[in-house]
Amino acid sequence: MKELMLGNKAFARGLYEAGCCFVSSYPGTPSTEITEEAVKFDDIYCEWAPNEKVAMEAAFGASLAGRRVFCGMKHVGLNVAADPLYTMAYTGVNGGVIIGVADDPGMHSSQNEQDSRHHAIAAKVPMLEPSDSAESLEFVKIAYELSEEYDTPVIIKMCTRVAHSQSVVETSERVVPEKKAYEKNIPKYVMMPGNAIRRHPFVEERTRKLAAWAESAKINRVEKGGKELGIITSSTSYQYVKEVFGDSVSVLKLGMVNPLPVQLIKDFAASVDRLVVVEELDPIIENHCKALGLKVEGKDLLPLEGEFSQNLIRKALGKDVPAGKAVKDQIPMRPPVMCAGCPHRGLFYTLSKNKCTVLGDIGCYTLGAVAPLSSIDMTLCMGASLSAIHGYNIAGEGENEKKTVAVIGDSTFMHSGMTGLANIAYNQSNSTVIILDNSITGMTGHQQNPTTGYNIKGNPAGKIDLEALCRAMGFNRVRVVDPYDLKQCDEAVKEELAADEPSVIISRRPCALLKYVKHNAPLKVNTDKCIGCKSCMRIGCPAISIKAGKAHVDNTLCVGCGVCSQLCPVGAFE
Amino acid sequence: METKNVMIVGVGGQGSLLASKLLGKLLLDAGYDVKVSEVHGMSQRGGSVVTYVRYGDKVYSPVIDKGEADVIVSFELLEAARWMEYLKPGGQIVTNIQQIDPMPVITGAMSYPEELVKKMTDEGVKVDALDCLKLAEEAGSSKAVNIVLMGRLSHYFDMPRDAWMKAMEAMVPAKFLDMNRKAFELGEKA
Repeated sequence: MKELMLGNKAFARGLYEAGCCFVSSYPGTPSTEITEEAVKFDDIYCEWAPNEKVAMEAAFGASLAGRRVFCGMKHVGLNVAADPLYTMAYTGVNGGVIIGVADDPGMHSSQNEQDSRHHAIAAKVPMLEPSDSAESLEFVKIAYELSEEYDTPVIIKMCTRVAHSQSVVETSERVVPEKKAYEKNIPKYVMMPGNAIRRHPFVEERTRKLAAWAESAKINRVEKGGKELGIITSSTSYQYVKEVFGDSVSVLKLGMVNPLPVQLIKDFAASVDRLVVVEELDPIIENHCKALGLKVEGKDLLPLEGEFSQNLIRKALGKDVPAGKAVKDQIPMRPPVMCAGCPHRGLFYTLSKNKCTVLGDIGCYTLGAVAPLSSIDMTLCMGASLSAIHGYNIAGEGENEKKTVAVIGDSTFMHSGMTGLANIAYNQSNSTVIILDNSITGMTGHQQNPTTGYNIKGNPAGKIDLEALCRAMGFNRVRVVDPYDLKQCDEAVKEELAADEPSVIISRRPCALLKYVKHNAPLKVNTDKCIGCKSCMRIGCPAISIKAGKAHVDNTLCVGCGVCSQLCPVGAFE
Repeated sequence: METKNVMIVGVGGQGSLLASKLLGKLLLDAGYDVKVSEVHGMSQRGGSVVTYVRYGDKVYSPVIDKGEADVIVSFELLEAARWMEYLKPGGQIVTNIQQIDPMPVITGAMSYPEELVKKMTDEGVKVDALDCLKLAEEAGSSKAVNIVLMGRLSHYFDMPRDAWMKAMEAMVPAKFLDMNRKAFELGEKA
């Protein structure tokens, strides 16, 4: 049946059709929907793991048990899972292993735009790169075959435009291969030096065999066109190239980006007058061509940064670029903002008011850095807030600890905050940690996590008690505040900063977008009372604006959280 | 057939995803090759969002670039102006006249530009502007803004009305169908 399908959904459909039985992932844009769609198939066991490393190791265990398995993550998640990946390359697999990683060129929802192909090269594992939904489905089947035939995990690399674009796919039935028996094999699976030394030559030989496979693989194909220009490309870049040139130039479309073929590329280069590589981010295919001694253009024409598009390629390769007309006014930017009623707002207002240095983390609450709250000082990676505040306070020699806090969400805390907290507890810096517990993984679109008490299907599951956990680590000062209550937040922050020992504040209220959260009626401004002092504007609520000198509440956005009314000196919010 | 390009723009949370799903279904059922590109993640949090819908005999790129769009459908007035450069010469804008202040306006750093419909028309662009929120409320729910817009958009598509209704039936829960039919009609006749 023909269907219009999101790339990530097609990926999940591929997992289903290829007989995948086990999925363990951590959510991350733009990879999340692969797992969210996979869970809709009852035949596949799916879970959210606390982080990508755990997910990959769980998937490895499931592979040992003889099943086809998958774990999914965003590009930076693969850094977290790099440890198991680089050694799973040595052990190989039992049941087929696919690792789905989604890059985010253009950083629609990421903190960097690293190119995941480097991981495939460094770990010496094959990587396939689909260019649309149909290939996302098809490549899953190819990847499982490669994984089992060549005894290797296989990475399928998505990018935002493949993951989050819908295109036409044809579906077929699920075929589950027979469960493979687990056989004890110490030299293969126990990676102590004596065994790993013998596995490394296997890895190198496997790469040579896979490179030979790449020479004639159907997913690496030449589309013959004109002789004047030949373009080597992959992924969504292929689509832009075809959009601009149609069939007028020759194209070598690579479905496998590691290892890269040699003879196929040499022959293609010999068949055209001018050779250009069109690839987003780093010049990996281009450098491969250069290492083969080929005359090639690439990053001298095209940027290392951001996403490509048809106009970018038109411009780089000397084609006419269409243009539209703009209005003459400067259009105000519309950056993402914390939602109306977001429980993080009251807490960040408190931190801003107390002029705290705020070491931040990854999640919706990174928006606490945006004006007018402008509260956050640093965001690096998952869990860094808790590790960094420790270093900042120790090196500050007493100057920093009375005004510095770390903020981290509940899901991020479970992902990689606990080890940072352990460091504070163990090495005893006088650090104040705030766990922003909105009872969900928010930014990626509401995934359950180990603190919510529900699993990926929404069924009751184990629930980790944050207060008990922090106390067990040795924190004597653990307190819970309601971030809608500004007075309570202010007292807690002041007291815990003043305390002479490390402390944890749990700022607890569920995300305002959760379906089960009941909202109050929208507030209204009594314009007779409002004096137009703009005190309410300091919290940056998208529901409040100034109309004709008075505060105005947009009743389609307001959820009646009442944080604004706590700032109003005249009680104008009713 | 040359590939046609429709952009759906608005503010995160306004419900543009349903509109693009409906268009995708409509065009696929009509036998076209279709690609729809969406935005997920952080930008959805009240930011400017865009969805690209492309259809034709064979569609390659999932995105629409500056100067390429045949139609821009906008859920919010400022967003219509923001994305106008993506319209090709002679292209059509269909926009809701609702205004949602972005953060720089809320904080007072900038003001919301005035008379945007006129300013867009002055650049030679065809603008069809209507109060979708009012019409949606008339149909029974402020959430039906997307369907009001689809009703209006149907004027600029060479597609039978039945096909729109069929696509809507496939995409909208049965209990909201009558309300959405009304919303479509109000947009269509506005």
